[in-house]
Amino acid sequence: MSPSRTMTLAVNGRPRQVAVAANETLLETLRGMGAVEVKSGCEKGDCGACAVLLDGLAVDSCLCLTWTVAQRAVTTVKGLGTAADPHPLQTAFAERGAVQCGYCTPGFIIAAKSLLDNDTDDPGEDEIRYALSGNFCRCTGYNKILDAVTEAAQVLREEAGVQ
Amino acid sequence: MYAEFDLLTPAAVGGALDELAKVENEEDCMPLGGGTNLVVDLRARAVAPKVLISVGRLSGLRGIELGEGRVSMGGAVTVSEILRHPERSRFGPALIGAAQVFAGQMVRNTATIAGNICCGSPAADLVPPLLALDAVVRLECSAGSRELPLADYFTGYKSSVRKPNELLTRVWWPEPPAGSASLFYKLARRKGDAITVVGVAVSLARENGICTRARIALGAVAPVVERVRPAEAMLEGNALEPDLIEAAARAAAQQSSPIDDVRASGKYRRQQVFVLVRRLLSRAWRSLSEGDHP
Repeated sequence: MSPSRTMTLAVNGRPRQVAVAANETLLETLRGMGAVEVKSGCEKGDCGACAVLLDGLAVDSCLCLTWTVAQRAVTTVKGLGTAADPHPLQTAFAERGAVQCGYCTPGFIIAAKSLLDNDTDDPGEDEIRYALSGNFCRCTGYNKILDAVTEAAQVLREEAGVQ
Repeated sequence: MYAEFDLLTPAAVGGALDELAKVENEEDCMPLGGGTNLVVDLRARAVAPKVLISVGRLSGLRGIELGEGRVSMGGAVTVSEILRHPERSRFGPALIGAAQVFAGQMVRNTATIAGNICCGSPAADLVPPLLALDAVVRLECSAGSRELPLADYFTGYKSSVRKPNELLTRVWWPEPPAGSASLFYKLARRKGDAITVVGVAVSLARENGICTRARIALGAVAPVVERVRPAEAMLEGNALEPDLIEAAARAAAQQSSPIDDVRASGKYRRQQVFVLVRRLLSRAWRSLSEGDHP
């Protein structure tokens, strides 16, 4: 049996005590805590459905053992915005039709957020494609997702310019 | 996850080495870097260690240093950290080229340089450029450390000279000088998030119209990533005329021993070794020639 211990995990800014086994992935821990907006797909780092931000960088939560992320900030797609106050990426995905079945959407939005925050606030199409190459969508054909990320980047730049 | 194991999270490299020193059986204990390969293998039961030692976040294994003519990276430097470094243009274009097409963003944000070497995959994308750049690896254990050329590290498919109690803590190589060029090409089913069908890295140096140093490294076409020394020897000391480049590319294809698998046939892979080595050598040499005649 793998040993278990109680640890503090800060999800979307709220620290919580949770019992975690040594062999538990962050994906398993998060869904066990009720963060079911984090989706389980391939469980081997190919599909990106389980992506979360770890200290602001997108990672596949299915490949992270939870014990190794103690003291680090975990952000899920719910941490970016709410239905009443959505993040520009969330708005753009909805308005551009970049969501069909929706299963891949949380991972795509997390990967796009990581691109815009860490690499460029004005990505070209190739940059978006490389940044999203670890996310699979079986519905949309990707074009509407590319449109949504481009639009959200523009909105975010305009907002930054206003402030 | 159904696989059962304990996970040690030492606070410093010394603690990790002390834990590794206790290892008697290689299969019982494995260092865990980014986990992008190892966690997949654990879930698939391809490996079944009793203990993992987490080393991916140790500060002693992080950081990229430039100085004294060297590029030096801690073993836990991630692929993204290579790409985002402000001085990345000094690392060698072949390595940057490989890092850009390495898996997908989430894996690049997690996977480490030492992990990519230690997993021992013949398709590990950072290894061909590191071989072309003459990288040296440092192996540390609690009793001391040793350094050896990366070219001497692999002994066979997924096997290496690393002892169970050793950790690959650092990778360094000479900073590529002016008058040198390096290139990497990954042939795969698509540009992003794909396993390499053929990976080729070349590195050339030129002085007075003569090739003074040549490196050619091939990925995914043999049990290990390897240099093509006979082809390198054909090039060094000569001007790289098209006939000579073609002969070196033929020698590279001849040395390769690719297998048939779901991604491509061995015959196709060998033909692509010829095509890609010829293409990259021509491009690298041409870029240096243009430097000669501004």
